[in-house]
Amino acid sequence: MSWVARLRRDRTLLLMTVPAGALLLVFGYTPMLGLVMSFQDYDLYDGILHSPWAGISNFQQLFTDPGFWHALGNTLLLFAIQLALAFPVPIALAIMLDSILSRRLRGVIQSVVTLPHFFSMVMVVSIFDQVLGGSGLLDTFLRGHGVVNPPDLMTSAGFFKYLVSIQIIWKESGWNMIVYLAALAAISPSLYEAAAVDGANWRQRTWRITLPGLRPIMVLLLILNLGYALTFGFEQMLIQISAVGPGAADVITTFAYRNGIVQGNYSYGAAAGLFLGVTSVILILSANKAAHLLGEDGLYRR
Amino acid sequence: MTTTRDPRRPVWQERPSVATQGAKSGTIVVILLIIALPLYSIVLTSLSNQASVNIAGGLVVWPHGVTLSAYKLIAQGGVVGRALVISVLITAVGTAISLTVTILAAYGLSRAHSFGHKTILWFMMITMFFSGGIIPLFLVVSALGGFDQYWALILPSAVSVFNIIVMRAFFMNIASDMIESARIDGAGDWRILWRIVLPTSKAVTAVVALFYGVAYWNSWFNILLFMPADSEKWPLQMVLYTYITQGNPLPGTGTTTIGGFVGSQQIAPLSIQMAVVTLTVLPVLIVYPFVQKHFTKGVLIGAIKG
Repeated sequence: MSWVARLRRDRTLLLMTVPAGALLLVFGYTPMLGLVMSFQDYDLYDGILHSPWAGISNFQQLFTDPGFWHALGNTLLLFAIQLALAFPVPIALAIMLDSILSRRLRGVIQSVVTLPHFFSMVMVVSIFDQVLGGSGLLDTFLRGHGVVNPPDLMTSAGFFKYLVSIQIIWKESGWNMIVYLAALAAISPSLYEAAAVDGANWRQRTWRITLPGLRPIMVLLLILNLGYALTFGFEQMLIQISAVGPGAADVITTFAYRNGIVQGNYSYGAAAGLFLGVTSVILILSANKAAHLLGEDGLYRR
Repeated sequence: MTTTRDPRRPVWQERPSVATQGAKSGTIVVILLIIALPLYSIVLTSLSNQASVNIAGGLVVWPHGVTLSAYKLIAQGGVVGRALVISVLITAVGTAISLTVTILAAYGLSRAHSFGHKTILWFMMITMFFSGGIIPLFLVVSALGGFDQYWALILPSAVSVFNIIVMRAFFMNIASDMIESARIDGAGDWRILWRIVLPTSKAVTAVVALFYGVAYWNSWFNILLFMPADSEKWPLQMVLYTYITQGNPLPGTGTTTIGGFVGSQQIAPLSIQMAVVTLTVLPVLIVYPFVQKHFTKGVLIGAIKG
């Protein structure tokens, strides 16, 4: 069939993709083009077309800005701690839930632990504030039990790197567990049966059958995690940065937002944004490559 | 100990020791409490009178006196009530737009061998992995006149390519002979979508609608970005942000963090705060059970086929 005939045959289908395509064009691709402003000295009144070119001076300034390096380092630090603390929790949760015999109880637990995924970050911080904050549940409890001056964990700069992980564990563990539960259900029971007949105990079965069965999903989620490492936690930091200070909570995204939008230095913020976008793509492609080298599918098959 | 075995336990599996069982039950109880206790306590505090809050010295865990006065104060008007209405409207309109656009795109891309579907899919998926970032988006929306406009809270995030992919995967699994026979009978694509595809895809539609609804309900940063100053126009999340996490008084009203009165009864400021939190959480709690049963399916397809 000629392409004209196919075009004519599929014109309704093509028409249906137009609204989504148009929205992505305007709000997805136009901003990408707008990134050329990071090579300009952008002025709001001159716009992209008439602003003077600045070469790579924005990037030179960026890479010599101690604030930028601090934000980058802090992003990686917060992300690494989060990965180490939060990544294993849904796996453990899934294995535990899977071992519960009562379907009903399993359903109840799953509903409860999945729920916080649907709370906004503002809600989560509000809730944490009421539990760990200055006059929160924990504070009241500790004072009631003789602790004289319990620390306010919501405004502590030193504790913040763990607080970030705790909030993520509370909010997302249940949701991330669902994918692992599905992967567990896909592991053939005959494997367990054969292993048990051969005398493998619970620990050996978990180590030799369960975890290898979960490996493809772990790798997939790890890649996705790494791909979004640099944009990690934007809202979470922005909401809490005034409570714990930029030293603890500044990440590259908040750095770009503060410089670009709040201080109106658009080109500088866009330069940080471009750095972020490009390194994120490199990260996700390398993580995917690494997955292929390890013999996993990753995001797509080779 | 009895020796009868639970028929649900696989025959090859040994019965765990009492210690293991106990540890497991304990862990489960702790996990459930960590999530449920703060929510319970927040709702209870919003329903408590000043005396109970004083006795508790903060969030109320044991109920003493229950009152609706915090909600009455909010209902008397002012910023929270209005923000609630605004949030509901944005969520409803936004979800309707997003769902329509997503269903159309997902169906348009779901027919095998159709013209250009691979190119269009790539065009869409690239935006998942690379974006221009906040600043160019802000300038594009501003240039289109979106600053302080409600459409700026809807249209820029109206399309989730992830949701398109999830729906498309579902649509592709619908038995193609059903669609082909409808086509032979002279049904066009609009008719096939409306009469065959949508009725067989209620579960995925419900899940995607929930994803969008929750995203609109929860969105906060785009308000800060596009509507930072005009507190009269703020949806609930922004009110919650300034009122709870920043400790600012409720904008544009006499209601401050000092508390208030309904009639002669004094209301604890904490109760009003917790009423705002409760009102923000409540819609999620209400919708959640209806859609929750479809998650495993929806998430699975998205994660594995995505």
